[in-house]
Amino acid sequence: MIDSIKEFAREYPRFLYRCFRLSFVGDWRYYTWMFFLSVIALFGLNAYAKQFVQGLITTGMTDQVSWGLYIANFTYLVGIAAAAVMLVIPVYVYKNKDLHNLVIFGELLAVVAIIMCLMFITADLGRPDRFLHLFLRFNFPMSILTWDVIALNGYLLLNLHICGYLIWCAYNKRQPTKIFYIPFVFTAIVWAISIHTVTAFLYSGLGARPFWNSAVIAPRFLASAFAAGPALIILTLQVIKAGTGYPVSDKAISTLKGIITVALGINMFLLGSEVFTEFYTGASHSVSAKYLFFGLHGYSALVPWIWSAIALNTFALLVLLTPAGKNRWLLNAACLAMIVGIWIEKGMGLIVPAFIPSPIGEIVEYVPTLNEVLVCTGIWAFGLLMYTILVRVTIPVLYGDLLVDKIYHTDPSIFETKKSSSTQDSAGVSPEKRR
Amino acid sequence: MQLPIINQSEKTREYASRPGMTRRSFLRTGTAATGAVAAIAASLSPLRELTDTDQFSVSRFLQKHYKEMDGQDMAAALERISKAVEKRYDVRPDIRDIKPMDGVEFVYALNLTRCIGCRKCVHACVEENNQSRSPEIQYIRVLEMPRGTTDIEQGNHHYQRATVPSEDHYYMPIQCHQCANPPCVKVCPVEATWQDSDGITVIDYDWCIGCRYCEAACPYWARRFNFSTPSIPKDKINPDMSYLSNRPRENGVMEKCHFCLHRTRLGKMPACLEVCPTGARKFGNVLDPNSEVRQILESKRVFVLKQEAGTLPRFFYYFDERDSTNETNPANPANGGDA
Repeated sequence: MIDSIKEFAREYPRFLYRCFRLSFVGDWRYYTWMFFLSVIALFGLNAYAKQFVQGLITTGMTDQVSWGLYIANFTYLVGIAAAAVMLVIPVYVYKNKDLHNLVIFGELLAVVAIIMCLMFITADLGRPDRFLHLFLRFNFPMSILTWDVIALNGYLLLNLHICGYLIWCAYNKRQPTKIFYIPFVFTAIVWAISIHTVTAFLYSGLGARPFWNSAVIAPRFLASAFAAGPALIILTLQVIKAGTGYPVSDKAISTLKGIITVALGINMFLLGSEVFTEFYTGASHSVSAKYLFFGLHGYSALVPWIWSAIALNTFALLVLLTPAGKNRWLLNAACLAMIVGIWIEKGMGLIVPAFIPSPIGEIVEYVPTLNEVLVCTGIWAFGLLMYTILVRVTIPVLYGDLLVDKIYHTDPSIFETKKSSSTQDSAGVSPEKRR
Repeated sequence: MQLPIINQSEKTREYASRPGMTRRSFLRTGTAATGAVAAIAASLSPLRELTDTDQFSVSRFLQKHYKEMDGQDMAAALERISKAVEKRYDVRPDIRDIKPMDGVEFVYALNLTRCIGCRKCVHACVEENNQSRSPEIQYIRVLEMPRGTTDIEQGNHHYQRATVPSEDHYYMPIQCHQCANPPCVKVCPVEATWQDSDGITVIDYDWCIGCRYCEAACPYWARRFNFSTPSIPKDKINPDMSYLSNRPRENGVMEKCHFCLHRTRLGKMPACLEVCPTGARKFGNVLDPNSEVRQILESKRVFVLKQEAGTLPRFFYYFDERDSTNETNPANPANGGDA
């Protein structure tokens, strides 16, 4: 026992170091991509530094519209993180074979999405320097925000454990011990539903905002997340396949396609239910919806956004439901359309209009500033950077190229120190056989 | 096995598999690392403009939550705040921590028949409570309402008239309603805002993390956020301050109306009431059976805004039950008399 802990303490930092080294190795396309992301992320960091000094006046938010792009992106990314279960459920509950080798990419995506969520929340805080106050006076269970803190961080830990454990086992050429990850996987399934439900309750629990104060918000959030998330995963898997040769079967893609078709259909149905209730009743609490869809007293900044979201989602649904979806390019276009469409629907279409008009009837529109947009794109770039690195180091491990006692040709330090062990790598299954 | 992007490059392979560090790889790694550090440093360069050292000082950082401070902690906090105010505004403030009185529950009653929409209360409040002049923060918003409705959606927030009142309107000032069931308190993740025993909902400005969830939760749009460091002219500072009310706020925290607790807890009236030229504003202890507000609540047809929100406001509106054609004119003898 003591020995195995000692061995772990010795091997694990080495594993991390090897991964670190590996993340700097690639061809010119890899370097270009990483350089591009780094530059955008640094622009974001610069914009955030400005915001940190001057305050949130650098954003387009006001006392009237007090939440904007940051919270919109946060909400969207909670959905992306939750959507990892759309890979996990088929694999672990229904024993789907096609998705089995891909589920880890969904879980890694969840990890990255949650980290991005936390970054967006931090960006939105007026006093991020006081985040320790959360640990000192935690208003649980009254404040739904504290539920969200627990839900998001718990989900992050669960997924870090599951991915980390499976990758570590592959690195050590061990069969994973079921008791160490299966219970966590099933906990994570329930937890994933909870993160997006709690996030929806953040909004729907506010009596002051009739636009949010609706029971359909949580189901709508889940449906839109289970559409946009797997759509993003479909695109990601194709990039991974093209970029690394990792096997992604057509059946896997078509399983995911089935999921997004149903989820997008449900999402549009729920949106329709909401629209009917708002407009048929004609009660005063539909003013925000009126502003969103048609404009109010000459103010109509969100109208083009919501209609383009509806157009994009309708296009995606039509492609998915007709034989056109069999064409890979059209399918990819549909995925992209719904990723963007749902982003608009949840951000500009759900967060912002609840503030317009203000609770006492004032109409102040919201236009994000350049600085705010730079912070957002910076966080997105940083997220993609993290995901690229995670995928880049995970794949050689899963292939059996980066193993505890095997020298990987991109890792010079290992080449030197562990020369004698290179003969032992016969234990690793060759990737061709795996495929 | 084919990994086209990640290790197909022969150059990379050759470089990476070379044992030990060569002069070339050393230079290359060194240049890249230096470039990365320089780029990050350049990105962070706006941080050099951080000048307000008190905002991030150690004593400020270690300061406890209001409810956990003992006498000594509070004395230290008040001393720190005094010094910061003196440094910034050249005024030595008289700052105290004023606790609620026993047996007191404050309520506000506003006579809509008398209010003429002059907005004197708005400005008196700004001056009393050291609100930021730029960007402008005001706790009171006066709506110009068309006659025949109490639907605040129809109110005009930005009326500009040479003379008020306008004949076919009445005026409705809205500020914090000091709800008995305050949604803003419920949602705060760090308990930076709470309701005191006299019914006033207060904020510990040094505890607020600036998430603005309370601002989203308030049905009366009573809360304001400091989107930047507030600016107040030095000669406009009101040195009569208290910890939970009108001491100058920092960047990134919430603030709101606190019924002028540094005055009212000492028996004085709120600034908005004192300045009101028509006597439309009434304030007092509802637990005192002889108080004016108690009389109003018992005898007038009072109503609260957005009763359906279920927040149980302590801010009541009423109309005088007189000749309805002349009700906004306080000069009319028909509208005379107390309360």
